[in-house]
Amino acid sequence: MPEVQPYKATERRGETFSYLPPLSPDNIRKQIQYLVNQGWNPSIEHTEPEKAFSHYWYMWKLPFFGETSVEKILAEIEACHRANPGHHVRLVGYDNYAQSMGTAFIVHRAGSR
Amino acid sequence: MAEKTYQAGVKDYRTTYWTPDYVPLDTDLLACFKVVAQAGVPPEEAAAAVAAESSTGTWTTVWTDLLTDLDYYKGRAYHIEPVPGDASAFYAFVAYPIDLFEEGSVVNVLTSLVGNVFGFKAIRSLRLEDLRFPVAYVKTCGGPPNGIQVERDRLNKYGRPMLGCTIKPKLGLSAKNYGRAVYECLRGGLDFTKDDENINSQPFMRWRHRFEFVMEAVHKAEAETGERKGHYLNVTAPTCEDMLERAEFAKSLGAPIIMHDFLTGGFTANTTLANWCRRNGVLLHIHRAMHAVIDRNPYHGIHFRVLTKCLRLSGGDHLHSGTVVGKLEGDREATIGWIDLMRESFVPESRSRGIFFDQDWGSMPGVVPVASGGIHVWHMPALVAIFGDDSCLQFGGGTLGHPWGNAAGAAANRVAVEACVEARNQGRAVEREGREILTEAAQHSPELKIAMETWKEIKFEFDTVDKLDAQKR
Repeated sequence: MPEVQPYKATERRGETFSYLPPLSPDNIRKQIQYLVNQGWNPSIEHTEPEKAFSHYWYMWKLPFFGETSVEKILAEIEACHRANPGHHVRLVGYDNYAQSMGTAFIVHRAGSR
Repeated sequence: MAEKTYQAGVKDYRTTYWTPDYVPLDTDLLACFKVVAQAGVPPEEAAAAVAAESSTGTWTTVWTDLLTDLDYYKGRAYHIEPVPGDASAFYAFVAYPIDLFEEGSVVNVLTSLVGNVFGFKAIRSLRLEDLRFPVAYVKTCGGPPNGIQVERDRLNKYGRPMLGCTIKPKLGLSAKNYGRAVYECLRGGLDFTKDDENINSQPFMRWRHRFEFVMEAVHKAEAETGERKGHYLNVTAPTCEDMLERAEFAKSLGAPIIMHDFLTGGFTANTTLANWCRRNGVLLHIHRAMHAVIDRNPYHGIHFRVLTKCLRLSGGDHLHSGTVVGKLEGDREATIGWIDLMRESFVPESRSRGIFFDQDWGSMPGVVPVASGGIHVWHMPALVAIFGDDSCLQFGGGTLGHPWGNAAGAAANRVAVEACVEARNQGRAVEREGREILTEAAQHSPELKIAMETWKEIKFEFDTVDKLDAQKR
């Protein structure tokens, strides 16, 4: 058993998947496909990192109701990222049956990659 | 003109309470009892006796029976059927008119249905297996003060199970040391920490001191991680006044969630606290100490699915459900049955899951099932598969027992749950491929790697005492 390791100073995180390595492009596609398969509506949000704790981030356009093309959703994420290079960008899946978000995760983290 | 005359004496129960032709009304409250009758008592008579003693009947005829319309108010045994694989017992189905019960009072329902009848001599043993609350009755109950959707929105937790940890040792820590353990867990990546159920306000740590230190830990971890966190502050207390005082103080410190033990505290206290939580926007975590006394014996007591329904009506946003895979009792199909009863808005009859009746919850919010007890990272794939996203997975020893401490233990659990969710979403069979999924994730997380090495060998493979009857065929 290795020696006890000190736990690093607490890092800022971003909820779901923020304890995993950055999602690979292939994995991002699979996660989008899962969202679409659940029947959820994709929506893209972004924010300055210092405002990330708020429930409300800026909405990128409107939720893409009924959009099922992984490539189109990905293209919107990239367009949002290019327009807001210093921002976190997250993908949300609106579940209108549960009246909640089925999922939400950061795709582009400000200051990484 | 009067149709009945008074005749003193003892009548067979079945002449009045056994009504095999009765078709239950949508507004009836339905019960399924498992009955073992005394030798020589025919099943119809035993079933009728249960219906009588849990509703209008008593052992002898009384003249005041004739002052009311007993045919309207009586409970009716309307069906009996054998218990699969068990000749000693049978199921008795009883219908009760809704007017027998005070609106919004699970206390009143239980006092009738599981009152005197459980000590009745003609019955060897009796178990309340299931209850169907008519939706008309459901609508009179407050239910969960917030519900799953509100909790997710408040805490910003989407697309994965939530993670918790019960702080140990159960007893004896000072408030400041306790807050340290909370802080380490939360900064490492857990969403919640929890007071153990037997922590109330003992001489070693009075509740007010605990609340203050714990909330400092919660706020600091939130500020550092940028994620929303909570600690279930246990407000279970000797009196309702004390309970509410503790709840008010928790709210004043900004606590998002408090905790209650619904069976030892009692349903009256629980409903009072749930109403307070609804008025004050505080989430309510429910522990279930004493449940196994009531629900573990397959022949006598109350099945946990009934306690689950009663809690959902009384009010709670979280309820412990068992883990299926950990150190505590729990059969997989039966557990899935009662976690459906916590979360879904309509649950159909399903004997293979031990559910005897359709249950319509109307618009009542759902309760988050909490899996807790002897679980660690190796159980994560199975837990994600069994419980899905709308759940809270709690690792006590499985966080605090990490060789590098609480923060590392918390991070190990967080990495494990996210890896399992990520894999599930990719279409992988999480349970079957659990080992590979965790091993891959551990390549990026030394905390998870050490956790996997520490707990590799621990298993809890004892047979379940309370199996579903349907499985004994």
